[in-house]
Amino acid sequence: MNDFIVGPLPLWAEIVTAVFAVLGSAFAAIGSFGLVRLPTFFRRIHAPTLGATVGVWCMTIATIVYFSVQGYSLFLHAILIVLFIALTAPITTIFLMRAALFRERQKSGDVPPQAKSG
Amino acid sequence: MTPILFWALKFALFLLAVAMLCALSRLLIGPSAQDRVMALDCLYINGMLMMLVLGIVYASNVYFEAAMLIALFGFVGSTAMAKFLLRGEVIE
Repeated sequence: MNDFIVGPLPLWAEIVTAVFAVLGSAFAAIGSFGLVRLPTFFRRIHAPTLGATVGVWCMTIATIVYFSVQGYSLFLHAILIVLFIALTAPITTIFLMRAALFRERQKSGDVPPQAKSG
Repeated sequence: MTPILFWALKFALFLLAVAMLCALSRLLIGPSAQDRVMALDCLYINGMLMMLVLGIVYASNVYFEAAMLIALFGFVGSTAMAKFLLRGEVIE
């Protein structure tokens, strides 16, 4: 890949960007690996949330630092993505969880016990 | 771009590709429908992260808009599919 743009960025910005990009993608990889590894659906649903929270946050910090230093102005649009993901990921997870509980109960499968309503 | 950032970004792209392959395997072998929907959810988030890394690699803002669109349509798609699994229809 020779078309990488060579920018005169200060060293600290490059190091911060590199660290947070690698951290974010490592968290996403761990979460997705848990998706393959864990045995049942009700355990598996916990794993990808790691990538949806910490992964997206770290990548957003990397993006903000890189574009802010590169463009000499504060680049805050990336906050929009992380806010949007933080709002929508729980909704999807709740819907999926209810759907899974409903379907498992319908065929009387192995579901987690009900919470005590007090 | 110093070699530190260059190789860090390549490594990040590699990790995200591995993550997408994991999610894709769960999407293909998932025993139940809700497993597949969850894998698709994970897959679009990983793809969005990859778009952000590509935006840093090419130093371009266009990838950022693409990441936002992926987040938007991914949410709509996986919520619609989860609602379909719950009720049998999307809009009642």
